[in-house]
Amino acid sequence: MSFLLEFWRFLRVRKKYWLAPILIVFLLFGGLIVLTQGSAVAPFIYTVF
Amino acid sequence: MNQPTRILGLSAYYHDSAAALLVDGEIVAAAQEERFTRRKHDPGFPVEAISYCLGEAGLRLSDIDHVAFYDKPFLKFERLMETYAAFAPRGFRSFSMAMPIWLKEKLFQKKLLRDELTELDEEFAGDSKLLFAEHHQSHAASAFFPSPFEEAVVVTADGVGEWATTSVAIGRGNTLETVKEIHFPHSLGLLYSAATYYTGFKVNSGEYKVMGLAPYGEPRFKDLMLDKLIDLKDDGSFRLDLDYFDYCTGLTMTNDRFSDLFGEPVRGEEELLTPFHMDVAASVQAVTEEVMLRLTRALADETGIWNLCLAGGVALNCVANGKILRDGRYDRIWVQPAAGDAGGSVGAALAAYHQHLEQPRQVNGALDAMRGSYLGPGYADDEIERRLTAAGAKFTVLDEDALISETAGALADELAVGWFQGRMEFGPRALGNRSILGDARSPVMQKTLNLRVKYRESFRPFAPSVLREDVADWFEIDDDSPYMLMVADVRENLRREMTAEEQALFGIEKLNVARSDIPAVTHVDYSARIQTVHQEINPRYHALISAFKERTGCPVVVNTSFNVRGEPIVCTPEDAFRCFMGTDIEVLVVGNCFLRKEDQNPELNLDYKDAFELD
Repeated sequence: MSFLLEFWRFLRVRKKYWLAPILIVFLLFGGLIVLTQGSAVAPFIYTVF
Repeated sequence: MNQPTRILGLSAYYHDSAAALLVDGEIVAAAQEERFTRRKHDPGFPVEAISYCLGEAGLRLSDIDHVAFYDKPFLKFERLMETYAAFAPRGFRSFSMAMPIWLKEKLFQKKLLRDELTELDEEFAGDSKLLFAEHHQSHAASAFFPSPFEEAVVVTADGVGEWATTSVAIGRGNTLETVKEIHFPHSLGLLYSAATYYTGFKVNSGEYKVMGLAPYGEPRFKDLMLDKLIDLKDDGSFRLDLDYFDYCTGLTMTNDRFSDLFGEPVRGEEELLTPFHMDVAASVQAVTEEVMLRLTRALADETGIWNLCLAGGVALNCVANGKILRDGRYDRIWVQPAAGDAGGSVGAALAAYHQHLEQPRQVNGALDAMRGSYLGPGYADDEIERRLTAAGAKFTVLDEDALISETAGALADELAVGWFQGRMEFGPRALGNRSILGDARSPVMQKTLNLRVKYRESFRPFAPSVLREDVADWFEIDDDSPYMLMVADVRENLRREMTAEEQALFGIEKLNVARSDIPAVTHVDYSARIQTVHQEINPRYHALISAFKERTGCPVVVNTSFNVRGEPIVCTPEDAFRCFMGTDIEVLVVGNCFLRKEDQNPELNLDYKDAFELD
């Protein structure tokens, strides 16, 4: 819950509200997939981390 | 009496995790996690480094007032999402691979940090103590606050942090104000990494090899790069042409257009290095120097400030640093010794202290606050003896004079000497406390150290440690370079011209030709990556080189890090003894203990050659 509050504050400060629906969809669907997957092993992509 | 302010700085979850401890603004301890876990560039949460830092000051985690992390994950996420959105539908593969790890971990880094910290000490108060600095703010803080300057221009440049890839700040007293930034995807560090990738080296660790390779080549692609890859303005600002790069959307640094532009495919790791790769290396190095020179010149003119501080991965490019120094626009230049991400831990802690808490800053105009970068673990004499005895080592305990004299004698006899003294260095360089030393005058020392000690067939020469008072007699520089972050040429009268036959040699063969009176530390273009050794910073190391000079007339020794290829620099006396027994190091000096290889039990010899994954 504190994460959502912090992220909301972040969006307000940065004025990047368009990220909110994307994140919500991610958390709902992507999150489900990830959580049922066991471990998420990402490859090393230089600019991503 | 007021309680001292204690701040723990952390850098983690990318590469080179590290922790640093600040007590009332003083850097008390700092160390990289890899030195403890013995895993090179360890990106994990720095449990061991934190425990060490706390132990050094006799504190528990719950005694800490603030924990400062070196970057801001939400901002990074914003940059990722905007980049993917800007390039969509290209980049879907990268997106689909990156998102799971972000959704599972990286977005929740604050919680992750809090959980890890609470596991270390359940009385740790959590959220209220956590602070986050921006990546380049951490770099800039690490460059300015420990510097010996009251006022300075601060330039940071690396691959990418959140958005910034290059930043300019003005530091005055305890303030540090960012005045301009260049944002992702336009990045000098990523341009260098693209060339690193293209020439077949590992991105993020092979960049120094490109720098070492550059003197073998001609910068014949410099104009092509400036024409096609990078639009560089007079003030040093730039934009990259993203048509040639793949890092925004793909899983590689460069694309086919990049290869077509230069006319050859990306070199495979095991493929031979050719003059073409050397020319690419020389060209990207020349472009990097051009960018840094234009940027720093413009800033000197613009601000009228004559002190310069540098940090960020690009600041580890000591060849470029040397050129900025010789350019003469600045009276003094100070480079953070842990200029890479590990140093972000020190920077985040200093930013918290001076910027967040607005605490004053003490400046010593002569000495910086990094204490020679000797901020890691040290061991008392009796503990060293106990540990070496337990490891089965046979040693003699000598007094200071005998120790210096015996070791200088071993160096003069051209023996490879493991030199383990005092506190471990923080940052990528060994600066005379965890070093392997040799005779710089010896024409065979380079080969011996490379093949029998470091287990590498390298085209890079070793670096010299030289007494500060003698540096101008041996190299074309008369400035401090205590952190081995300045390159300068060997003085002309000490050089030896190569014959046409020798000029035609290739790679390491060329390096093995004696090019000066100190061949072991002279690169093919007569340059050397210099460490000046100061009596007031490292008296024992200074005494050793002085004794070597007394015997030989030469105040220069070879200084290479105490490790083999792929191994983190040694941390404990046991690490040093293991490395000693696994290589052809002939003499090991740990504190006051003097060990000769022939006295050791041969059963303790180790097969060390393949013990570490190559970098």
